[in-house]
Amino acid sequence: MNQLEIKNLNVSVEGTQILKNFTLTVPKGEVHAIMGPNGTGKSTLAKALAGHPDYEVQSGEVLLDGVNILELEPDERSRAGLFMAFQYPSEIPGVSIANFLRAAVQARLGQGEELDATAYYKHLYSKMDLLEIDRKFTARSINEGFSGGEKKRNEILQMAMLEPKYAIMDETDSGLDIDALRIVSNGVNTLRGENLGILLITHYQRILDYIVPDVVHVMWDGRIVRSGDKGLALELEDKGYDWVKEELAASQ
Amino acid sequence: MATTTDIEIKTDIGNFIYPEKHTYDAGIGLSEEVLHYISNVKEEPDWIRKFRLESLQTFYKKPLPTNWATKDLEVINFDHIRYYLAGDRAPKRSWDDVPDDVKQTFERLGIPESERKFLAGVEAQFDSEAAYSNIKDTVAKQGVIFCGSTEGLKEHPEIFRKWFGKVIPTSDNKFSALNSACFSGGSFIYVPPGVKVSHPLQAYFRINAENFGQFERTLIIADEGSEVTYMEGCTAPKFDTATLHSAVVELVAMKGAKIQYITVQNWSSNVFNLVTKRGIAHEEAEIKWIDCNIGSRLTMKYPGVILKGRKARGEVLSIALANDGQHQDTGAKMIHAADETTSNIIAKSISVGTGRSTYRGLVTMPKHLKNCKNNTECDALLINTNSRTDTYPAISIRGDGNSVQHEASVSKVSADQIFYMQQRGLTEGQAMSLSVNGFVNDLTRHFPMEYSVELKRLIDLEMEGSVG
Repeated sequence: MNQLEIKNLNVSVEGTQILKNFTLTVPKGEVHAIMGPNGTGKSTLAKALAGHPDYEVQSGEVLLDGVNILELEPDERSRAGLFMAFQYPSEIPGVSIANFLRAAVQARLGQGEELDATAYYKHLYSKMDLLEIDRKFTARSINEGFSGGEKKRNEILQMAMLEPKYAIMDETDSGLDIDALRIVSNGVNTLRGENLGILLITHYQRILDYIVPDVVHVMWDGRIVRSGDKGLALELEDKGYDWVKEELAASQ
Repeated sequence: MATTTDIEIKTDIGNFIYPEKHTYDAGIGLSEEVLHYISNVKEEPDWIRKFRLESLQTFYKKPLPTNWATKDLEVINFDHIRYYLAGDRAPKRSWDDVPDDVKQTFERLGIPESERKFLAGVEAQFDSEAAYSNIKDTVAKQGVIFCGSTEGLKEHPEIFRKWFGKVIPTSDNKFSALNSACFSGGSFIYVPPGVKVSHPLQAYFRINAENFGQFERTLIIADEGSEVTYMEGCTAPKFDTATLHSAVVELVAMKGAKIQYITVQNWSSNVFNLVTKRGIAHEEAEIKWIDCNIGSRLTMKYPGVILKGRKARGEVLSIALANDGQHQDTGAKMIHAADETTSNIIAKSISVGTGRSTYRGLVTMPKHLKNCKNNTECDALLINTNSRTDTYPAISIRGDGNSVQHEASVSKVSADQIFYMQQRGLTEGQAMSLSVNGFVNDLTRHFPMEYSVELKRLIDLEMEGSVG
């Protein structure tokens, strides 16, 4: 029950099938990395799980702690405990990070419940201290004029505030220089714990030097083709994706 | 106590009706007899009676402005409208004396509460006449006059007559002529030299009756070096028939005076809101219009400032939200008539669904003037693919010593933005509401806090309801 279970998921985008009987289980408390070449369906997986309307689920199940979330709206999935850190987070002009998060926290309260502003800011500041984020940061409009690193830190801050059960991190390392990568990784490591399952989607092995996964999966043509421990990531780094392709061809 | 069983309540805040109980009713349609009826009921001096009758002729002669404005104006049938409805002619000074149903109306709209909290005076108009009018003693003792237009013209003719109809002549347009003929209610304010009214004066305009026309007339005079903020709010229940609201508002800021005029209207979608608003700013005076237009079927309103004295300043900050089936045709006019005058226009519009917003701006600086400046920014936000926005800026700048800056932008709330916000747990409606509030945020942060809060609440309500 205490896991994110993806069973035989088939997803198409504009009529092209991308995910093919995709199956994966992420237990709470673990970090699973999904690696794979471009165009293999990694981002499709993230968006389909979050409920993006452009991604059509044809069949399969996604169980969050035993509850199928595929019929839920994106906001309902979020409130059920699913978080997605975007590869390309949107700008929302005029809306400060503090106000945005406040609205998101308010949305989690019951009907008629009012958010306690003092407690909210206390909570926000404690998370910012934890992630070593400057107080001035939250007065800025969401992602407007942010550097790549700032955008990703904003994603991590939101994840910290919303305290999801499962987080899907879609190529969080893309576009980051080594310093930003270290800062963002530290953030994720801080949030890591027994109450959070993380699905870390990445193209490069690099981020796994900082966020050490419990399990590494290799994705190819819409499904998982190999799973192993962190050694698998290093092997991939060494041999390249062609190695997977060749092994796959040999086994068929 | 009045019974509450026959009150009809809908989810949108202003949409409730109390049964009509009018002592005075001028009947249906417009004629000289109607004007005589109004003048008789109000026991007006002859010069006003004459003014009304002449204005009626001007109204008849003036065409509807359909050569440039929407043909939707032709829907208004002037013969089917009721022009004067009143329960009692004399406004009460205490809420205790206001009839229960009227009092409950304003209580539901939060007026007495706001008055206690932060206002220097309140006038609450119900259909044609004010039901309540009061000014705090401390403000009255400074010599500030705050009353209805009828009381103003009768009790203070020496000030009233000097400026009434001088900022906006009767013949300005068909609807200013109509207002001049059958005006009733509205505020008359005079602030003596040097007096700075610390809290806002507020008027609240409520239409309760069906196929009715509300024609309030407001005249505000801020004498030399004085300062005043006036706020108005408007609502009406939703009827199947068209309701007309056609006000005329004239402001006069004498040397060094400052007037801030704030409107937050939330008309129901059957109201034609056709309002003429203009101020004259004398030397070093400042007039600022803050104009927030939400609701109505059609709003046509272009607050203006005539910058008459050297170094006068004029400003219009406006927000318009056009929801499904609504048309907000709004803008601003800045008439530079002296050296070193400056004006600033920031207009933001939001179009939702089939809503349409139109910006019309007029800025004139004649050749002989020096060192005049205008800044105009108009930004439009489109929520849906079928939403519409148009911009018609008319800028006439002559001479070398003047400068003007004009910026316009159109943006759209993208599906990706909405998805991003939904992924954080906001519903689609909440996400749109947040985008809209973000879009107007840099403007509303300059508004008095109470009004920013009210505006945010109205935007939230509009956006919540707009998601299909």
